[in-house]
Parts: sequence; C-alpha cells; structure tokens
Amino acid sequence: MESDNRTATITETATSVNGHPATEDTVRYYSRFSVQQRFLHGSLAATFLGLAMTGLTLRFSSSGWATGLAQAVGGFGTVLFFHLFSAVVLTGAFLMHVANLVYRIVARREYSLLWGPTSMVPNLKDIRDFIAQIKWFFFRGPKPKFGRYAYWDKVDYWAVFWGMGIIGLSGFAMWFAPFFAKFIPGSWLNIALLIHGEEAILAVGFIFSIHFFNTHLRPESFPMDLVIFTGRMDENEFKHRHPEEYRQLLESGELEKRRVEPPPQWLKNFGWTFGGVAIAVGFVFLALMIVAFVQE
Amino acid sequence: MKWSTAIAFSIALAFNALGASAAKSAECLACHDDKGASFQASVHGSLSCADCHTDKKAYPHAANPAKVKCDTCHADPAGGVASSVHASVSEQVCQGCHGEVHGILSSKDPKSGTYAANLPRTCGKCHGDSKLTKEHGLTEVYSKYMDSIHGFALTRDGLLVAASCSSCHGSHKILSKKDAASRTNRANIAATCGTCHAGPQQDYLAGIHGQGTSTGNARAPVCTDCHTTHQIASVRTAAWQMKTTATCGGCHERQSDTYRDTFHAQVSALGYIETAHCWDCHGFHDIRPATDPKSTIARANLPATCAKCHSGVTASFVSYQPHADRHDRRAYPALWSSWIFMNLLLAGVLGFFAIHAVFWLNRSLAERRQIRAGGPASE
Repeated sequence: MESDNRTATITETATSVNGHPATEDTVRYYSRFSVQQRFLHGSLAATFLGLAMTGLTLRFSSSGWATGLAQAVGGFGTVLFFHLFSAVVLTGAFLMHVANLVYRIVARREYSLLWGPTSMVPNLKDIRDFIAQIKWFFFRGPKPKFGRYAYWDKVDYWAVFWGMGIIGLSGFAMWFAPFFAKFIPGSWLNIALLIHGEEAILAVGFIFSIHFFNTHLRPESFPMDLVIFTGRMDENEFKHRHPEEYRQLLESGELEKRRVEPPPQWLKNFGWTFGGVAIAVGFVFLALMIVAFVQE
Repeated sequence: MKWSTAIAFSIALAFNALGASAAKSAECLACHDDKGASFQASVHGSLSCADCHTDKKAYPHAANPAKVKCDTCHADPAGGVASSVHASVSEQVCQGCHGEVHGILSSKDPKSGTYAANLPRTCGKCHGDSKLTKEHGLTEVYSKYMDSIHGFALTRDGLLVAASCSSCHGSHKILSKKDAASRTNRANIAATCGTCHAGPQQDYLAGIHGQGTSTGNARAPVCTDCHTTHQIASVRTAAWQMKTTATCGGCHERQSDTYRDTFHAQVSALGYIETAHCWDCHGFHDIRPATDPKSTIARANLPATCAKCHSGVTASFVSYQPHADRHDRRAYPALWSSWIFMNLLLAGVLGFFAIHAVFWLNRSLAERRQIRAGGPASE
C-alpha cells in the first residue's frame, strides 16, 4: 500500500510540476515561501541579471561582444550606470533581508532561525544528508529525508550571502575609492577589483549552472521549480522533497496552518515567464563568459 | 656728374639692354611662337631665350641644340638635387617638380606646382602612384598625408604654415632617412618637427625619451614613433587617444599588460576616453622617471596627478598600484595571495558541484527509468 502510494506520488509530482492541472482540484497546497521571500528572490534574480550583464561587460571589456554591447547601449557610462543602479537595489534588498532577520530574532525571539530543523544554519543532519545523498548517487542507500532546507539549498543561500558581502563591499570600496582610502591603503583597491571580479565570475558560474541545475533543471524539477514564484507546494511534492519537515509539521499538528489555496493560473504564468527568461538569459551570459574567459 | 644725370643714364642703359633682349627673343619667337606666351608669364619671363640656350646666339643655329643646364644659374638647388635621392630619376629632374621648363612659375605663385598648397599633389604625381612607389620599394604616402592633420590643414583649410612635403624632407637636397645628414633621419627628427613645434620639442628633449635619443639610445622613441610620419592625426580626437595605450605598449609591454588588469584599462576598452590612459599619469612629451622630482609620478606629485580625475585624494589613496601584477608574488604578495585564493575557491566550488551534479543527474535519470519501467522508487 505504502509503496503504491509513493509511486503515485512521484508520477503526480511530475505531472503537476509540468503544469498539467489533472489533479489540481483534489490536491492540497501548503505555503513554503512568504510573499516577502518571493520578492527577495525576484529582486535578487532581476538585479543579479543586470549586474551580471553589465559586470561581465566590464570585466571582459576587451572581448568583442563586450565592446559591441557597450556601444549598443550608449557606451561605458550607461553600462556603469546600470551596474551601480542594480547594485543599489540589490544592496537595499539584502539589507532589508538582514534587518528582517535581526528583527525576527531579536524582537520576536524566533530562535529557530538560528538553529534547528527550519534554520538556514548548517547542522549535523546536513552532513549526514550529504553523505547519504552521495551513497544514493551510487545506489548504496535510500534517498535522505530532507528537512525544510536541503544541504544544497543552504549552500545556495550562504554562497549568495557571502558573495553579496564580498562583492558588495569591494564594489562600494571602488565606487567611493577616495573615501574608503581614508580607512584602507589604496593598494587594497587593487585587491578589491581582483576579488570583485573573481567572486563575480564564481557567482555567475555558480548561479547559472549549479543553482539552475540543483533547483530547476534536474530531472525531478525540469524544466523549472515554480515554488519560489508561487510560494506554495502541493502535498505530494512536499512529502517527497521535504519529508522530514512534512513529518514534523504533521506530528505537531502545524501542517493545517500552512494549508493554502492552489496557486492561481496568472501566478504560475508569471513564474514560468520570469523564471524562463531568467534561465535563458543566464545561459546566454554563462556562454558569453566562457567564451571571453577562454579568449583571455 | 650730377646724381640725376647718373640715374637717367642707368635707366637708359637698362632699357637698352631690355630692348635688345626683347628684340632677340622676338626673333626666336618668329619660329618658336608656341613657347612664347607661357614663357613671358613665367618666372624667367624677363630673360631672353639665349640666356639659357647659350649655344644659339645667332640664326641659323645648329639643329641639335645642347641641353639647357639649370645649374648655370641655380647652382645651389641643382647641386642639392644631384646629391639627393632624386639624382638618378631623370636627366630633366628639375622639370619633374617645377613643371614645363618654359612655364616655370615662382613657388610663391599659387598656380605653381611648388606653391606650398600644391606641393603635395606635385610630389604625389610619383609618391601617390602605387605602381611607381612599389617599383622603387617605397610606400604610397600621398593619400596618407592628405588624410593627416597636416594635409587637412594645408589643402582643406589653406594654412600655408602647415607642414607640406618640403617642410620635413627639404626641397632639393632630399636624402634617404638612412642618411645621417637627412632631416628625416631618426637623430634629426626632433629638430625637424621642432622647426614648427618648438614647445613639444623642448618638452621632449627634457623628458626621458628625448634624453635617450640625445645620448644615442637607439630604442628611445622620436616624434614619429608615436605620432607616425605621413598620417599624423590630431591628438585631440578620441580615436587617436584610444590608440595611444597600444602605441606606448609597443615598447612598454609589461606596463601595458599590468595596466590591462586595472579598472582604468577595463573601462577604456569600452570606449571610455575619460579614464586614465598612459599620458594622463605620465604626461607625454616630457615623460620623466618616478625618480625625477619633476615627474608626474614622483611620490610627492602623485596626489596632484591622481587629483586630475579623482576628488578627495589622500596620501593613502595614491598607494593604489596602477600597474599591479597579480602574477608577481614578490612585488605584490597580498594581491598574489588573493588571486591564488580566489582561483582555488572558484575551481574548488564549481568543480565540486559540477561533479555533484553529474552524479545526481545520472542517479535521477536511473530512478526515472525505474519508475517508467513500473518498479518502485528507491527512497
């Protein structure tokens, strides 16, 4: 009975992810991401694409496509303007996220953010899950039962967090170089540019290949995981992808509180469009970066 | 004798002489009337035919006359040509530039082929003929010159002071640039250009490049190494300024490479002329080494140099390394370590997750095949 159920689960998951509303009216949906979190991801994605496009143009400025692009948009001034504009928006989003975290931890005492099964902070279970996942890769064991965030979700999160700190700080140091030079030696500005560029190459390479695969393009999610756009996940998917979180919510009786309406069609359409464009554009940038990197 | 009488006598004598020569020429023109009109208007119009055709004092004269020798009167120019690169061009070498012998005009006459504004076209008759120049192992310089700032100034703006061919090459005693006495020999270029560009010449001679040429350093650049020879462009055009970093980099390879790693170079490549290029920091004609207290890049002068673009420049700010070399471990240990660390991080993270993804993909596809075959999912 149980194994039958599970087979059905996977098949249903596959069809519902692919957008067939065959079982829509009977399927229960649960909230996974708040509107705020979805906005954070959206602004992150949009500004990251803007920063990547203008940043790659600056970093690989001697390659043909970069000079062509700069000319097409009206020269270096425009490229830098959009780079800085995106940077300011992203910095704002990042600071709001941090402020929100601080508020929730300090004022609302949500210590579960700092530690525990729903925290982004890596713990022992992540290491165990990782080892189990490797074993599963080689047919040496069952798939690990992931909690709210799998270890690769945490890597994604902290990679971006670290990247924002490093790229943001070095970027602002260069933007306001004479001001920063009051506190740091000017020779650190050399290091700032180097780190800014290399870390950005890492970020672009990581997001446009690893993040796209881990989250959207692997067979279980292909071609896209809409949950970050709709904020909700159907029950079967939930059970399958985050079995540990599902079990805990079920046992504590909290699950029903997370129950939401199915995502409206317009929201799904929006997710398909936004996500589809982001992935397509991301691949173009990745290709351009690899071309320029090889030419260099 | 009174003065007035003396003057009257002289005038009478002169008229007599003129009358005599005119009469003689008129005699010649009875047969040779085709030469008459242009000759009368030419710079030699006041002379008589026999002044040049010295063997034909009387009629009838020998049928096969002796060649007219210009150097009878023009010994200096003719001697110059004889020792010049044009010596062997033809026996009628003067005519090549001065035009048909009977109609030669003064070089101050705007109709003359040797008038400054017409000179490029005159020289271009040969030096603009690609077939001819190729034959002699030369380059076709006429069109290059015409597109240069000198060519534009002279022929389009009509500035007679603008350099034409003879301004740099001389007119009669044109020597190969390989000849040490040539005005276009490397050792003499600064002096040649300095004839007009006195200020830059003075600056150049004070700078390290001028010092180099003065002390016989063959690798030190002269004016033409940076500005080119015939196709000299205005230094005020962005197109020319954009090319200069490559020009400097032609000799200063390492500095060019390290410049390319900086933000200055990155934005320059996108066509941003306002960013720092070589000359913004180093100056141009009087470039001096950092050890020279007058140098723009001497330690004490750096804040002022950087402040040309950056506001709020401090002593700390100018410790920025505009030519930092991340590959140079000894000179830039912090930069080198950052570079190594970032590369390891980049390769490590991407490499690890790439492998992770490959195994994941393989496993997921296996699972899907299993499900499709009707088997249970392996959880």
